[in-house]
Amino acid sequence: MQARTSARRLQAAKNRPSSIVCRPSFVKAMMAVVQKDLAAEFRSRELLSAMLVFSLLVILIFNFALELDIKTRQSVTAGVLWTTFAFAGTLGLNRSMAVEKDRGCMDGLLLAPVDRAAIYFGKAISNLAFMLIVEAIVLPVYSMLYNVNLFQAGLLGVILLGSIGYTAVGTLLAAMSVQTRTRDVLLPILLFPVAIPVLLASVKASGGLLDGAEFSEILTPLNILIVYDVIFIAVAYMVFDFVVEE
Amino acid sequence: MQTKPIALTILDAASVIVLGIAAYLALVFAPTELVMGDVQRVFYFHVGTAWVGLLGFLIAALSGVVYIITKDMKWDRFEVAAVEVSTMFFFITIVLGSIWARPAWNTWWTWDPRLTTAAVTELIYVAYFMLRQGIEDPEKRARFGAVYTLLGGISAPITFMVIRLFRTIHPVVIGNQSAAAQGGFDMTADMRTAFFFALFAFTVIFIDLMWHRLRLGAFQEKVEQLKLKVSI
Amino acid sequence: MIEVNQLVKRFGLKVVLRGADFNVRPGEFVALLGPNGAGKTTFLRILASLSRPSMGEVKVAGHRLPGEAAQVRAKLGVVSHLPLLYPDLTAEENLEFYARMYGISNFHLRVTEVLELIGLERRRKDLVRTFSRGMQQRLAIGRAVIHDPEVMLFDEPYTGLDQDASAMLDDVLRSVAAQGRTVVMTSHDLARAEDLATRFDILSRGVIAASATKKDLKRTNLLAFYKQALVD
Repeated sequence: MQARTSARRLQAAKNRPSSIVCRPSFVKAMMAVVQKDLAAEFRSRELLSAMLVFSLLVILIFNFALELDIKTRQSVTAGVLWTTFAFAGTLGLNRSMAVEKDRGCMDGLLLAPVDRAAIYFGKAISNLAFMLIVEAIVLPVYSMLYNVNLFQAGLLGVILLGSIGYTAVGTLLAAMSVQTRTRDVLLPILLFPVAIPVLLASVKASGGLLDGAEFSEILTPLNILIVYDVIFIAVAYMVFDFVVEE
Repeated sequence: MQTKPIALTILDAASVIVLGIAAYLALVFAPTELVMGDVQRVFYFHVGTAWVGLLGFLIAALSGVVYIITKDMKWDRFEVAAVEVSTMFFFITIVLGSIWARPAWNTWWTWDPRLTTAAVTELIYVAYFMLRQGIEDPEKRARFGAVYTLLGGISAPITFMVIRLFRTIHPVVIGNQSAAAQGGFDMTADMRTAFFFALFAFTVIFIDLMWHRLRLGAFQEKVEQLKLKVSI
Repeated sequence: MIEVNQLVKRFGLKVVLRGADFNVRPGEFVALLGPNGAGKTTFLRILASLSRPSMGEVKVAGHRLPGEAAQVRAKLGVVSHLPLLYPDLTAEENLEFYARMYGISNFHLRVTEVLELIGLERRRKDLVRTFSRGMQQRLAIGRAVIHDPEVMLFDEPYTGLDQDASAMLDDVLRSVAAQGRTVVMTSHDLARAEDLATRFDILSRGVIAASATKKDLKRTNLLAFYKQALVD
């Protein structure tokens, strides 16, 4: 039976396959990476559940650590939220890159005939997606726990911008840290000092919005956020190939 | 590069002399400041080391960029030397900052933008060293180091700008405004002499230390080469 | 198809390849043999455009590496001892992903074709994490041929496979080679290599020490040839 199948296969193989047209495209490759990451994650849900549980635990810890009255609590909401997002974010970033590294899949990606930046953007977008999903769940939970309305358009915008900046740098740094001996441990150490502007500006803008501050006050940190996002996405785009080649 | 060049020896001597003069100027020559008293003298060295730290920071970031473009290992050595020297000087800046802050404003730490940015930069440097430590291949180490100094080089100034925004939340310590914040407060001619000489002295010391560190780096590489030859 | 001229590769100060010369004509099936640590994997990775040569010229499918790497990759299929597959996706999804990455327009048909070629049609909707090592390796080959590459590189494909799986792999390799592709395969297993390949090259101490076609070896046998090459 074995011999017959293999002989048949050999015969079939002798005929060249239907003409394959290869038209590699930056956007297609990027979307393929995003789709792959999301599909794999939605099947196992390991990463999202880890990030989510972790976030809720962090909020819980903050609750006990900073035993606050209602007034003071309001002033630290922005800080607590962003600290939570930052920590949960590193989990996602680490895991997303580790998956590629462990089974050598990174090589598979690098073998594709596309600009390496497509891989960067693909990974960055899926990392952003995971972070946003977690944030989308944490926000209502926090709102309920502390009776604070976090669903203002401005605030959501700031959270989006901040997350973009954070994942833009984080994806690049994760690509580096995953190639070192110390791996997971190294990413937060590399990321936090460099991401301080994002976190600070986001906290300032978020806090301002929650306190109902003047728009002019919020404008400056908002501008800084946008500038940071643009600069670092550009830098990461230019430098990713350099970091990932051998 | 076997024996120590004479120029370097002269520079060593010059560094010591110049440091001595700066110390004299700062501690004896300059008049005592009206409000804070003698503790203010720390300021001359505090700004001096901060200036040099900043110099190192800029050189590191630029070396990183040049390495990315040329892939010449020489720039990697430059970058490491600059980061190491800058780390040390910023550390001194921070310590002197504390020494100044305590008697002057009764606090160990002021969250003023410059000091805080110096601290954040120190953290970037620590991360930098940890990154390099975790990599075996020297070429990869150089590449990653260069990328990280670039990221740090862009991020730290932005940090500085953002922290300034927070001034409204963290009250500026009284008196801080006049001194560290603006950089040019009412200095008498004597104070100005001490101040600028300190800047000059630390620049000389910086060059001296960089030169030594670069030599050390070159020697390290030579040792690695010899080790390899012997092991084959 | 493949032209390698004086290829040198060093990692820091460690030199792995010392001026290797290697020429492969279209349609040849070359078994690249050599002791552990000879640099076979490094050599293959350079041909695969995953690693840059330190010195020397490399041309694959008419394009120079590393300059025209993207064009080379479109015509290259690589199988390493790691499967390069995503465990949480099905066989079908894995192939579809790679088909997208290579920009194949109507990939559903192609994916089915490939699944039939490697004998995994019946398991197409199963998660790769449920596959045995042999099946994963076959799927890996499927991934590697999905874009119909002219050149195929196999790095120790038989690692970790039992008798049955190895036999199946033989089949698939023969089918793949039968389609006129140029193949370079590294292997420890001399018997297998002797069976499949049309040419044998020995990589030793960073250079191609010897090369012989199947015809040349009619009189001696491969093992003797191999041992002789290592001694020289």
